[in-house]
Amino acid sequence: MSIITTNNNGIVKSQTITGNTTILELTGEIEMNCVMQLREAVMEAMQESKIVVLNMTEVKFMDSSGLATMVETLQQSKRQDKQLKIAGLNQRVKSIFEISRLETVFDIYDTEKEALA
Amino acid sequence: MINTSETTGPLIRICGLAKTFGCQTVLDGVNLDVNQGEIMVIMGGSGCGKSTLLRHLIGSMLPDQGHVELFGKRTCDLNKKQLTETKKKFGILFQSGALINSLTVGNNVALPLREHTALDESTISIIVKIKLELVGLREHADKLPAQISGGMKKRAGLARAIALDPQILFYDEPSAGLDPVTSAQIDQLIIDLTRKLHVTSVVVTHEMDSAFTIADRICMLDKGKVLKIGTRREFEDLRDSDINNVTNETELLIRQFLRGDADGPITQRIVNSDYEEDLLAVNEDSKLCWCK
Repeated sequence: MSIITTNNNGIVKSQTITGNTTILELTGEIEMNCVMQLREAVMEAMQESKIVVLNMTEVKFMDSSGLATMVETLQQSKRQDKQLKIAGLNQRVKSIFEISRLETVFDIYDTEKEALA
Repeated sequence: MINTSETTGPLIRICGLAKTFGCQTVLDGVNLDVNQGEIMVIMGGSGCGKSTLLRHLIGSMLPDQGHVELFGKRTCDLNKKQLTETKKKFGILFQSGALINSLTVGNNVALPLREHTALDESTISIIVKIKLELVGLREHADKLPAQISGGMKKRAGLARAIALDPQILFYDEPSAGLDPVTSAQIDQLIIDLTRKLHVTSVVVTHEMDSAFTIADRICMLDKGKVLKIGTRREFEDLRDSDINNVTNETELLIRQFLRGDADGPITQRIVNSDYEEDLLAVNEDSKLCWCK
């Protein structure tokens, strides 16, 4: 059974909780003005679930503050013995991870389905 | 990490820029467009006006005539607040790196983030690590500028220049004074930042190897005027052309500069200068000029 919460405002489009996994569907541009919201959403999801999947298919762009916030949430996941997975990066956002040499630091999957497998 | 989705047309437009210091015309009606995502190399001999042009681009100098447009807006029409906002969208790598000597490398990179954002220290600390890793200096974050080499200072300066994810990066002689390997590393960084992060780069240099490695287009300045704007390929073709096939005086001059030949129109110009008149003070204007 899944609990789905949709949100038309902000960076989190929807949240789906299934078993020990929470999927956060992110949207738009992850920039300085929304990184707090991203951090809170991921931290909250980690309270709920052992595995958190960030579906970033609809994320068009991410700046350095967004990337740094992702690293902070990854740090938290390690401390709390949780799993943070990223799925559906477009080429542009993927490049940001690559040039920062973070593509191997995060668990990155092409699709949400692969992240859940 | 650059958001360029809103911008259309040239990111930088230089229109009829002119600047005179005393009796010396340093810029003489310069026109140049720089497109989004390209690396434009501005080259020319010492004193040709390229550094003065760069100072106009970054807003540290005002023109006598003409104007600069950044992101579609004339910089001279911007109020102080708008100018500050515009300046946050571009980064500058100064020739010396321009680091603050009393701050560690890490704190130098953190400085613009602390000054211009409300980010937490923990987030700033991660951004600093990411930027320093980009330029290969993460393990030197705690060192003072005096404890690192010239090439490392330049890379640290670059890390600071990209701290705020600028859309435009201005480089003032990025390879000057560096050994060949460090110079090649800086060139590769410029290319990576431009291609992967969609930064638009303006590079002032007279290092030919570097220019031909990084440039998408080249603007050649001489005596404050634009001699030629063209693709890297066009400049390469001119450099490698048979001298007997080049009849145009301007192209002969550019060819000599690109090849670094000792003989040619540039050298001839020096031979034909008014040395004798100046030495013997025949021309009163020249005497008056530097006495002002």
